[in-house]
Amino acid sequence: MSPSLRPDLALISDWIAPGSRILDLGCGDGALLAHLASTRQVRGYGLEIDDDNVANCIAAGINVIQADVDDGLAEFADGSFDYVVMTQALQALVRPDLVLAEMLRVGREVIVTFPNFGHWRVRLALLGGHMPHTPALPAEWYDTENIHLCTLADFEALCASANWQVLERALLDRQHRAGFSIRTAPNLFCEIALYKLQRPG
Amino acid sequence: MVPEVLSQPAEAGGSVGIVTPQTIVIDTPLLLACGRSLSRFELVIETYGRLNAARSNAVLICHALSGDHHAAGFHSADDRKPGWWDSAIGPGKPIDTDKFFVVCLNNLGGCRGSTGPTTINPETGALWGPDFPIVTVRDWVASQALLADQLGIDAWAAVIGGSLGGMQVMQWTIDCPTRIRHALVIAAAPRISAQNIAFNEIARQAILSDPEFHGGRYIEAGARPERGLKLARMLGHITYLSDTAMRARFGRILRDGDGQYNFNYDVEFEVESYLRHQGNSFVDRFDGNTYLLMTKALDYFDPAREYGDDLAAAFRQAQAKFLVVSFSVDWRFSPARSREIVNALIAAGRDVSYARIDSQLGHDDFLMPIPQYHAVLRNYLDRVALEVGS
Repeated sequence: MSPSLRPDLALISDWIAPGSRILDLGCGDGALLAHLASTRQVRGYGLEIDDDNVANCIAAGINVIQADVDDGLAEFADGSFDYVVMTQALQALVRPDLVLAEMLRVGREVIVTFPNFGHWRVRLALLGGHMPHTPALPAEWYDTENIHLCTLADFEALCASANWQVLERALLDRQHRAGFSIRTAPNLFCEIALYKLQRPG
Repeated sequence: MVPEVLSQPAEAGGSVGIVTPQTIVIDTPLLLACGRSLSRFELVIETYGRLNAARSNAVLICHALSGDHHAAGFHSADDRKPGWWDSAIGPGKPIDTDKFFVVCLNNLGGCRGSTGPTTINPETGALWGPDFPIVTVRDWVASQALLADQLGIDAWAAVIGGSLGGMQVMQWTIDCPTRIRHALVIAAAPRISAQNIAFNEIARQAILSDPEFHGGRYIEAGARPERGLKLARMLGHITYLSDTAMRARFGRILRDGDGQYNFNYDVEFEVESYLRHQGNSFVDRFDGNTYLLMTKALDYFDPAREYGDDLAAAFRQAQAKFLVVSFSVDWRFSPARSREIVNALIAAGRDVSYARIDSQLGHDDFLMPIPQYHAVLRNYLDRVALEVGS
C-alpha cells in the first residue's frame, strides 16, 4: 500500500501469515497495520496512547484502541491474537520483561524490534567516557525516552532465562540492510534487531 | 443535557438554521418486551440535510435520558437556544449535514410529542399517564426500525448516540445487523452498575413519593409532581459532573457577596443555586411518568443477558463497524465501562476503534465541542461519508 513503508516494517510483514489476527502495540499512525491489511488480509488492532496518532489512525480506517502499553494487556484474553507486534518501543517501557511476557500470553507469537546497544558506535562512545549519541540513539541521557536499552546478547539472555523460543531473527544496519559485517559480528554491527518469539511448548 | 452555566462556545461550522418537527404515524403493531403491544404510535422527528438518491447517507441520532428530537438548529427566528447537540450537527460540523441526512426522534414513551404518557390512549380516550407500558432499549430500536421503513431507509450509514443513546446504538447492531453500517457508541456502558441503578431508584422514589404524583394521574388531578421531578434532576446533575469540575465552577462560593453564613436553609452556596436552577428549568419541560420509564429503560438494558451474560456472543450478531468514545473524568459511565464494550467487540472479531478523550466536565462532556473529541468524530464520519457515497 505505502511505497515508502519502512524496511523493518516490510520485513515484519514477511513474517506474518495471511488472514491472521494482530495486535500492534504502539502502532503510531497505523502504517504497519494498513500495510498488513492490504497485503496480508489481516484483522488488526493497534494500541496507541497519543491523541494525534489515534485521530490519524481513525482517519486512515485503522482499528485503534487508545491505551497505554505500560498499563499492561490485562484487558486482552490469553491467546486472543496470532501475533502481538511491538516496533521500537521495548526500550521505552517501564518493565519490558513483563510486557514481553504479557505479549506472549496474549499472542501465539510475538514480533519485537529494538535498537542494539551493543553497536560499535555505542561502545566507542562509552570507551570515550560518554553516553552515546548515534543515529539510532540521538537523544541526551537526561531527556531520552529510552530507559531500558539492551544489546542483542542481553535480549537473548532474557529470552533464554524466561524460556522464550526465538523463531526468527533479523539484524539490520541503519539503512535497514543485513550486510556481511552484521553476519560476521552481529552484536557489533547490528543497529536494529527484529525478533520473532513464542512461548515454550 | 448541557448545563448552561458550563457550556462553551460552539466550534466553527454552520447551523442547520430553522427546523420544523414532523410527526410520523406508524400503523404497524409493535410487540413490546413487557408483553404488551401498541397497535399504532406516533414519533416526532426532525431531519437535517438531504437524503441522497441511493438513500445511503442517512444517520440516526439516538437521544439520552432527557433528550428529544430537537438535536440541532432553532425552532424560530427568535429562538435563543439551539438543539441539544447543535455543537456536533450542522454544515461543516463533525456530523456534517452537507454530507449526511440526519434523523433525530423523540423516543417512544417520551414527552415531547411522541406517543407516551402525556398522549391519549386510543383504546380509552384518556391520557396514557402511568398506564403507558414501560419500554426498553430493544423496544426503542424496534420502533426506530419501523421509522426507518417509513422513511424508506434500508440501512443507516451510521447510528450515533451518547449515554442511553449509545445503548440504543449497541442494540441496533445486535437486533438489526444488516441495517446499520457504523455504530458510534459514546459515553455508554454495556449495562449499568448497581450504583447507577441506585441513583435511578432515588430519582424514581423522589417522583413516586411526591404528594402531587396522584398515582401518576396528576394531569387529571390538575397537579404535577414538581418537587419530585426537581429532586430527581438535581441528583442527576451531580452525577453528570466530576468532582473537579464542581470545585472549579462552584467551589464553596457563597451567593451573597458579604461572605457571611445566613444560618438558614435558603440558597446560600453557588452549587445549590445551580442545582435548583437545573431542577426548576427541567420541571417546565419534562414529564414525571416519562422520567420514570426512561430510568427503567436504563436499568433494564443488558444485551448480554440473552447470550449467557457473554457480551462478545451478543456482538457476534453485529456486522457494523464501531467507534467507541469515553471521557476521562466521566464517573457515571466511566472509561472502564467503555473498555468492556471494546474488549467484547475485539473478542467478537468486530472492527472497532476506541478514543478516550481527556476531559473536564464529566458525563456531560459528550455534548461538548472538545477539539480531540470532534476531530475523532469528524475523521471517522468523513470515512463513512466516502464509503456510502454522500
